[in-house]
Amino acid sequence: MGKYIVRRLLQMIPVVLGATFIIFAMVFALPGDPTAGKCGERPCSPEYVAKFREEHNLNDPLPVQYGKYLGKFVQGDLGTNYYGIPVKEDLAKRYTITGRLALMAIAFEAVIGILAGVLAGVRKGRFIDNLVTVSTLFVISIPVFVIGVFMQYLFGIKWGIFPATVPSLEASTYSLILPAFVLGSLSIAYVARLTRTNLVENLRADYVRTAVAKGLTKKRAVGVHTLRNSLIPVVTFIGADFGGLLGGAIVTERIFNIQGVGGYIWKGINSRDGVAVVSTVTVLVIVYLLVNLLVDLLYGVLDPRISHD
Amino acid sequence: MTTTTKSAAPASSYKPDADGRLLEVDDLHVEFHTPDGIARAINGVSFDLHEGETLAILGESGSGKSVTAQAIMGILDMPPAVIPSGSIRYCGQDLLTMPEEQRRKVRGPEISMIFQDALSSLNPTFPVGWQIGEMFRQHRGMNKSDAYAQAVRLMERVAIPAAKERVKSYPHQFSGGMRQRIMIAMAIALDPAVLIADEPTTALDVTVQAQIMALLAELQEERKMGLILITHDLGVVADVADRAAVMYAGRIVARAGIEDLYAQPAHPYTRGLLESIPRLDQKGQTLAAIGGLPPNLTRIPQGCAFNPRCRMAQDICRTELPALRQVGQQQSACHFAEEVLNG
Repeated sequence: MGKYIVRRLLQMIPVVLGATFIIFAMVFALPGDPTAGKCGERPCSPEYVAKFREEHNLNDPLPVQYGKYLGKFVQGDLGTNYYGIPVKEDLAKRYTITGRLALMAIAFEAVIGILAGVLAGVRKGRFIDNLVTVSTLFVISIPVFVIGVFMQYLFGIKWGIFPATVPSLEASTYSLILPAFVLGSLSIAYVARLTRTNLVENLRADYVRTAVAKGLTKKRAVGVHTLRNSLIPVVTFIGADFGGLLGGAIVTERIFNIQGVGGYIWKGINSRDGVAVVSTVTVLVIVYLLVNLLVDLLYGVLDPRISHD
Repeated sequence: MTTTTKSAAPASSYKPDADGRLLEVDDLHVEFHTPDGIARAINGVSFDLHEGETLAILGESGSGKSVTAQAIMGILDMPPAVIPSGSIRYCGQDLLTMPEEQRRKVRGPEISMIFQDALSSLNPTFPVGWQIGEMFRQHRGMNKSDAYAQAVRLMERVAIPAAKERVKSYPHQFSGGMRQRIMIAMAIALDPAVLIADEPTTALDVTVQAQIMALLAELQEERKMGLILITHDLGVVADVADRAAVMYAGRIVARAGIEDLYAQPAHPYTRGLLESIPRLDQKGQTLAAIGGLPPNLTRIPQGCAFNPRCRMAQDICRTELPALRQVGQQQSACHFAEEVLNG
């Protein structure tokens, strides 16, 4: 187990290096001048431009720039963005809200998705099954910005149950319910379907027949024996999704005006703020890889046939 | 059994009748309602089982032997399965009309079952000791650690080496024979009166087969269980069974004491099955197999269901269903039972 974790952590190094270099190269290959629009209506003075380019190593060839950047990064310095604010500070603030949003979305996925999937699975072919199958298809086929705007209008504006936008970085959990639900909606549908399919399949398994033949209550045969096996792929899905959600949700964040990581990257790309974009994406890549590692370890706990030796 | 578990077990409210009869299946019918029509899997099966007796139910795949077992256990998927008529009485009480909650409490403590493929029949995600102990937790309200202790005792009883160390291992960490021993340990956990073994050795090596059969025979002797042994393999039951019933297309076509059945079969199908066992003293000769395939259960042939495959079939076999009748020491459902018996 310990060996496995070390091996996986070592494997992350080339992935992180590769991913950051590609991002780095792409961001700096973008057309446009980072100093454009920095000095109001007038073009910037040549002195300012020279100083700016010097400060951000923009005159070096790309590999050298990358090397210098990386050297700072491994020391924990994520650099300063073009506004002179350390990226680390910005990110810390924005990561809190993105993380909270992701956690709440995952909670929705796990609770609503699994519950709906189980109800549909054990009552296969009945009303509740059809309801879940049709409603999840509905959610899957509508783009998230339509669902988001629609729910924002309905719950936020028309009925006023939830705040329509959440601009504050210290937003209450209550105000994040609506955005989290929108963010998780697509995955709720996927989780429900995945749970249903797996449950239906496992209910036919021999060991479930054994469980019934042992005289177990139906609740125990389904709730313990069948569900445990059916949830293995669901947990994998939710885990991978969590890694993705921690990367911020540009669409949902914009709909609800949340100042999260997604919006930060968006702003960084628009203002050609290379350092901000690369540092943020690098952090996201690392977080994603770590979450994936956690999921794989959890997988071994759920399914004893998988060994991490 | 240790004395502690005896006292922990509540006295069973089920008592066999004066003859020691445990199970009485009477004119059982089971149908499967499929999109292709109604498959008549069981068409009037009757038999009984006494304490300490081993009944072998023989037949090819699709003859209805497993469905009979599952109907007794009450683990048929209904639908598609339907039981239109018949009764299954356990110690005088009809299992088929019993409320489900009462019937659930029969499964395990009274009647239990061993399945063919122990790997798929055990839950892959729980330790074997946990799965054995679950019997005590569900039916006896025992706590987890006591249930584990019981699991160790049972694993030792079925001769699993280092039971204490292996009680928390998972099914995939055991060999096929050991897994089947675990299934057996689970099935006998609550000292059932009836044990149904559905092809218990089919998935195993020949040497392991013999060990498992010996273990079953030993446990049955020790606990005076009624044992129903379901198999297509006539070789494995010869030493163990007292009586045998041969099934074909959902009916019992022959019934006899095990020696009579082997020495002098009274039904052409039984004879065919016996002739298809390879024998060393007939090496070099073509192995006689029964030609053709078992019938499609949605379209069982008229008359005797075996007639399209029977070498002795006459016109009467194609029109009239032969009843199960006494022929000498045995019972046979063949119009020409006497000829078969004496031929």
